[in-house]
Amino acid sequence: MLLLAGPCFIFVAKPTEQHLGQYYTVPPSHFHTVFPHGLPPRYQQQVKTFNEGCVMVRQPALELISHLKRADYSKPTLRYLLYGVKGSGKTMSLCHTVHYCSTQGWLVLHIPDAHLWVKNCKELLPSSYHASRFDQPIQASNWLRNFRTTNEHFLSKIKLRQRYVWTKRESTEEGRPLGELVDMGVSRVKSSSDVVGAVLKELRLQAGGTEGGFRLAVAVDGVNGLWGRTTLKKEDKSPVAPEELTLVHNLRKMINNDWCGGAVIATLSQTGSLYAPSSAYLPQELLGEEGFDSMDPFVPVPVSLYSEKEFESCYLYYLDRHWLQHPHSQTEEGKKELIFLSNRNPSVLERLCAFL
Amino acid sequence: MAASGGRTVGSFLWKCGNCCFNFNTVSSNLTRQVLSRQLCVSAVLHRKNLAAAGPEKFSEEFIKKQVEEFNIGKRHLANMMGEDPETFTQGDINRSIAYLFPSGLFDKKAKPLMKHPDEVFPKQRAVQWGADGRPFHFLFYTGKQSYYSLMHVSTGSLVGSRWLLKEELEELLVETISEHDYARFIQLMERLLSLPYCSVEEDFVQRYRRQLEIQSSKQQVQPLQYDQHGVAYSTGDGRRKTATGTVLLRDSGSGSISINGTNYVHYFPVLQDREQLMFPLHFMGVLGRFDMQCSVSGGGHSSQAGALRLAISRAMLSFLSEGQVETMRQAGLLTPDPRIKERKKPGQEGARRKFTWKKR
Repeated sequence: MLLLAGPCFIFVAKPTEQHLGQYYTVPPSHFHTVFPHGLPPRYQQQVKTFNEGCVMVRQPALELISHLKRADYSKPTLRYLLYGVKGSGKTMSLCHTVHYCSTQGWLVLHIPDAHLWVKNCKELLPSSYHASRFDQPIQASNWLRNFRTTNEHFLSKIKLRQRYVWTKRESTEEGRPLGELVDMGVSRVKSSSDVVGAVLKELRLQAGGTEGGFRLAVAVDGVNGLWGRTTLKKEDKSPVAPEELTLVHNLRKMINNDWCGGAVIATLSQTGSLYAPSSAYLPQELLGEEGFDSMDPFVPVPVSLYSEKEFESCYLYYLDRHWLQHPHSQTEEGKKELIFLSNRNPSVLERLCAFL
Repeated sequence: MAASGGRTVGSFLWKCGNCCFNFNTVSSNLTRQVLSRQLCVSAVLHRKNLAAAGPEKFSEEFIKKQVEEFNIGKRHLANMMGEDPETFTQGDINRSIAYLFPSGLFDKKAKPLMKHPDEVFPKQRAVQWGADGRPFHFLFYTGKQSYYSLMHVSTGSLVGSRWLLKEELEELLVETISEHDYARFIQLMERLLSLPYCSVEEDFVQRYRRQLEIQSSKQQVQPLQYDQHGVAYSTGDGRRKTATGTVLLRDSGSGSISINGTNYVHYFPVLQDREQLMFPLHFMGVLGRFDMQCSVSGGGHSSQAGALRLAISRAMLSFLSEGQVETMRQAGLLTPDPRIKERKKPGQEGARRKFTWKKR
């Protein structure tokens, strides 16, 4: 890991509590493996512009990491929920935690946005496995591809414990490596949703096992999408409920805490959510009754706006990268104006500075 | 001298009302400034337009030489006539010349004449500009620099005051006045002001002028109120185009703003609206000082932002000094924006847009 020194914000190797408010660099090699699909799009653009990925160490992420360190993995999984106002840094904290987990050697199951599975789907196939459910081949195969990139080294190690029959002629035997299953799902698009279900089931069974056990981290962004409504319609124009989608159904089983040996980290997101007012940000409002009951009990982790120190650090980082070109923005008064106009909201500040 | 001058002017003006005569004033011609000037009355009327004669045709030294020669000649003439040179008046000169050079001509101007050069040579302006071409007087480029410099009577009486209105004049004179009469009166007073030595008659002129009030003193600044913790607060309200807003401004805060219960970043996602809110605080340099609780209703997001801006400026008045209030007024922060949606007219599609014109 790179270690660079600078004024008030330093790039640190392993972030700990003392490094609150400071930036740490993610090595470029990790970017493609750990985050093929997880980062927010504006942040990806920033990474491309600055030619490096720097993440600020903030309180919510550190809290999560400390929980993960101290948790007992023989008990049923703990669920953590990141919530906060729009643009306060929930997805970034999630990515920070995911990066930590992957450096620790966990198997990371990262669903970048659950809302993508409940809207804008062009193809809906009736499921072969279960009559009343629907498949989403494109989304499933995309996800499997990204999953393969993230967890290359695990795919050959994990062996299947069950035999899966796909069609009359195709089946995957017991004891085959997981990688083969995933490859099959990527190539045979029609049955990819069922493959996803199978993968999730296998991982659930095998995580925390004593022989060759691995820790499983399930990171879901926009988890409130799993319990809301969808915009998809059946052929007779009646709306599809989320339970009728294979992917959503399997994911819900994953989030249930009836397995052990891992953790579930979830984020609420209003931005992509359907039929939710824009001022809603509390778990109760966004998850709804059903979602709240299934997520209960969980550990809520609030994500707040930048504190003074964090704002200072972000401002200095932009100055250091020569992102703030306007001469007035480098003065004290300009800084006060920035504070006022953005109210220390990270995403608003980023958008403001983008054209300065 | 001044009183008589005034009377002659008065009598003259009554005699010939509107004939224009150009007074070639002496202010430019500094060496020829004579304090006891005769206000030449009828003679000047018949003379040509002196101002249009252009810059001087006779130089100053020439005129000076002529004056010396005249004085010497006067003494010689007195000696010739056997009179005392010290008490030889102009009338004596005229009689002596008429005696020495008798003329059979009828035209008075054709007869031989010996007069002081000031009366012989026409008064003219000295060159108005220096060697680099830059004019001396600051009002040179108005064309009538002396007239306009007269108007700038620096007693301060003309600035910030206005003539009486027709109604006020009627009240003063206890008579009915027509519009024509009133126009003549204003013309007369203006003419009076354009004459030299008008500052002498200032009291007379001031009777017919009224002071204009200074705009900013009309602003009502409410006193600061203090709540139970001793924190100063003040309220203000503003309106813009059917949106009304009220603001409660609290001192010693951290710059947090809540609008209708929500954060201002969520209420105004558009940057322009937040900049409008920032403008009064940023202008006075008090960005992080106040806490604000706002409520706003009606209109769209832009007009709500404008209404809140006016409300914030008005609420801030109680925290500021007089000079700062004046700067805010001049910046336009305290002026309510009078623009509203223009009425749609019949026969047109909108307020201004006409229906599509078809040739047939």
